[in-house]
Amino acid sequence: MNNAESFAELPVAPKPPLRRFHQARWDEPIIFELSAPGRRGVAVPEPGAPLVELPGSVRRAAPPKLPELAQLHVLRHYLRLSQENLGVDLNIDVGQGTCTMKYSPKVNDRFAAAVAEVHPLQHDDTVQGVLEIYWRLERMLAEISGMSRVSLQPGSGSAAIYANIAMIRAYHAARGEGHRDQVITTMFSHPSNAACAKTAGYEVVTLMPDADGLPDIEALRAAVGPRTAALMITNPEDTGIFNPRIREFVDLVHEAGGLACYDQANANGILGITRARDAGFDLCHFNLHKTFSTPHACGGPAAGACGVSEDLAPFLPGPVVAFDGESYRLETPPASIGKVRPFLGVTPNIVRAYAWIMALGAEGLRQVAETAVLNNNYLMHKVLQIPGASAPWDRRRVEQVRYSWQELSEETGVHSEEIGVRAADFGVHYWTSHHPYVVPEPFTLEPTESYSKEDLDEYAAILAHVADEARRDPEFVKGAPYNQTVHKIDMTPLDDPKEWAPTWRAYVRKHLS
Amino acid sequence: MTHPYIPNAEPGVRAEMLAAIGASGVEEFYADIPADLRLDRPLDLPAPLVAERDLVRHMDGLLGRVTDTEQALSFLGHGCYPHYVPAVCDEVNSRSEFLTAYAGEPYEDHGRFQALFEYVSMMGELLEMDVVNVPTYDGFQAAGTALRMACRYTKRSKVLVSGAISGDKASKLRDFLAPDIEIVTAPVGEGGEVEVESFDDSYAAIYLETPNVYGVVETRGRELADLAHAHGALLVVGADPISLGVLAPPAAYGADIACGDIQSLGIHQNHGGGQAGYIATQDHEPLVAEFPSRLFGIAPTKVPGEYGFGDVFYDRTSFAHREEGKEWVGTAAALWGITAGVYLALMGPQGMRELGETILARTRYAMDALAGAVTVLHRDAIHFREFAVEVPSSAALLAALREQGIYGGVPLDDRTVLVCVTERHSIADIDRLAAAVAEAVRNPADAVQNADVKNQETL
Repeated sequence: MNNAESFAELPVAPKPPLRRFHQARWDEPIIFELSAPGRRGVAVPEPGAPLVELPGSVRRAAPPKLPELAQLHVLRHYLRLSQENLGVDLNIDVGQGTCTMKYSPKVNDRFAAAVAEVHPLQHDDTVQGVLEIYWRLERMLAEISGMSRVSLQPGSGSAAIYANIAMIRAYHAARGEGHRDQVITTMFSHPSNAACAKTAGYEVVTLMPDADGLPDIEALRAAVGPRTAALMITNPEDTGIFNPRIREFVDLVHEAGGLACYDQANANGILGITRARDAGFDLCHFNLHKTFSTPHACGGPAAGACGVSEDLAPFLPGPVVAFDGESYRLETPPASIGKVRPFLGVTPNIVRAYAWIMALGAEGLRQVAETAVLNNNYLMHKVLQIPGASAPWDRRRVEQVRYSWQELSEETGVHSEEIGVRAADFGVHYWTSHHPYVVPEPFTLEPTESYSKEDLDEYAAILAHVADEARRDPEFVKGAPYNQTVHKIDMTPLDDPKEWAPTWRAYVRKHLS
Repeated sequence: MTHPYIPNAEPGVRAEMLAAIGASGVEEFYADIPADLRLDRPLDLPAPLVAERDLVRHMDGLLGRVTDTEQALSFLGHGCYPHYVPAVCDEVNSRSEFLTAYAGEPYEDHGRFQALFEYVSMMGELLEMDVVNVPTYDGFQAAGTALRMACRYTKRSKVLVSGAISGDKASKLRDFLAPDIEIVTAPVGEGGEVEVESFDDSYAAIYLETPNVYGVVETRGRELADLAHAHGALLVVGADPISLGVLAPPAAYGADIACGDIQSLGIHQNHGGGQAGYIATQDHEPLVAEFPSRLFGIAPTKVPGEYGFGDVFYDRTSFAHREEGKEWVGTAAALWGITAGVYLALMGPQGMRELGETILARTRYAMDALAGAVTVLHRDAIHFREFAVEVPSSAALLAALREQGIYGGVPLDDRTVLVCVTERHSIADIDRLAAAVAEAVRNPADAVQNADVKNQETL
């Protein structure tokens, strides 16, 4: 019998329109502050053999000042930190545009774990199943891109871009055209295209958008010539706009003797719709952690795939998997650029991506693309109803949109970054844009196929609410966040060499000594 | 049936959404893609296994055709190492919250920033250096970038690289440093250590690796640091952090940049998918300016007692300035950094020392155990975790051992095999290897027969 006085009634009232979210806030110290001398998290096997005396020249003089904690306390600390994140499994992760945040099926993690104790240099005979997965995934990505061969070696999308540039360099060198020293890219292609080309020794020419938001074809005409090694281009670009004249771009570069390389980091909206090779591209790359669903893992491990035409296949990084109809083995292409990464590739993610495609098939992949595009256009329809939000150039979009809060910002003085931080108080986040901000006050949304209509409605309602708050009380929005692990951060010390603290020891030396 | 991964593929909701937008079909959204670029047929892919049970059966079939290093007794290393992985490492890195997070702000993703800050901080203690990057892809990339950093810093374009590194790493360096940086290789002496015969003011750096590809601990680090510095060059040292509980960190003998792979620190072999690279320097602004990677640092918040985090010196990066940034930055291997942090926190200073002692002792034990049957190279040098043996035929020996359920080592060439021993190998495991090697060498005919032509070794 409960004798307490009643203070609430059934039925429980409906949920309010917006989620009353608060991020985990454990107020957790830095791990060094949890240390006490003599504690241990794990024990090590005894040598069982005579100890080796080290000479002074190589012996560590003083023990490293690592923290000392019992096992539970290490675990608890990290589980608390884990809760202080918003991953795909917890939020409506449509706001990290260009990143293709989709569901990574749990069952695929089990398959990935099955290769945990496989060594990459085991004899081929002992890893036939893994090699077959590489082979099958390569054939599937070749079909999806229209390319002849695919390397699964690069550790990420940017590493795949670099590998493509290395192949471009080797291709021209092999033809006695090493004088080609320029790479052309576009402002709305990922910055790694420009940065990798520069690292590989190329001068970078960047095409700006024209009045329609497309890369300026006249600027391309002016840029191509005997110095052109390649065009590195994304399509749809980060604006979400598909460049309908893409074949003309490719043809112009080919006519000048250059190669065309397609950044398909995010191919989510066009799977089974259009293919890189069919538009004349010589090389392309996919990010398996974007389109092909491997988890983003706080920023890797990821995996990249480089697809190439028959002419470029001899230059692929080695080894690749070959199949003679009976067994699988490794071979290095004849003019290989060499290694871009140790061993064969990021195998756990190769396994996950393979399983993901196998769960979908051709029809499923097309449904992925169509639904991602439907979701994007539905969300755009909702977002453009929010006063102050716009999608510059007023053009059709494929799988994502780079929006602008310019109007709202001019009216309220609140910037896009601040709106994003406040939106996170409702349990979602968003990303602005790469630099420079060609679209003023940008935000980039990409709703992939994983989210439901209700998710998209909720996300749009949060943005509408924050935009309204910005009008009513701009200072309140600028003071955000309020419902996060920590409050507004003063970032200024991070750029001051006297103050910055990139490790705990630097912090102790500069600020606690 | 609506696919379980695609909620809005359900026809009713799809129609509702199209109606809301005012579109007749998804085809409208693709109107910018010209007809001649359209794929006019379905992709030619295997039939899907939509039911999870069917997919599991299919994957089990493939993955069942693998004999891993738990089923066999493996002495394979050469860049990917079979160290014991504490259960807490797997527990933390398989949490959804870390596994599926990505690039949120340091508010809603505070935990990711703190965990990575703690990782670099613990690495800093191990290395006795103040600046450590958020992981790059792997140790190969770390070495390549460290050498490019040295070249940018010194404004020179020639490096002296240890000849005692793996062939694959040398291949990566050749590709990555081309076309503007000249690589000169320093030969390996009889004893297994690198020998620098000549050096001058044209070099940007000396790259030393320790333990080197033969497992030999280089003892002349201080000498090489002094030589490099006398010529205005840097000493770059590749070191596996797992050795630093017992071996002096590169900074202690004058290295300017340390780099390497962290796979040894609590990360499974993963068929090579567990690699991640670190790069470290002292807190010297002109050198910090040359890092392409993200660096996370502590920043204050509005509230006393709260740690905030953010990017240190972001203006270096390609995220900030495209091709005007240093090299490039992007998704690499962050979760392995978090995992390595968990590992170092579990081990602590004593654990790292004890682990190093065990590995040193067992490596020496294994060298002595094999010395009766085959020629152990560089026997007088200090070895950590690996050593090379000379045999009549690498392929024949390894094939014979495979018949016994032993992966005996990595063939470096036709007659040299690299053997790896860690804390995971018991003394009994090492004895078993030694007995099997002795047997194979005693009966070479059987061994050669076992080797068969199709059993060609792979690297």
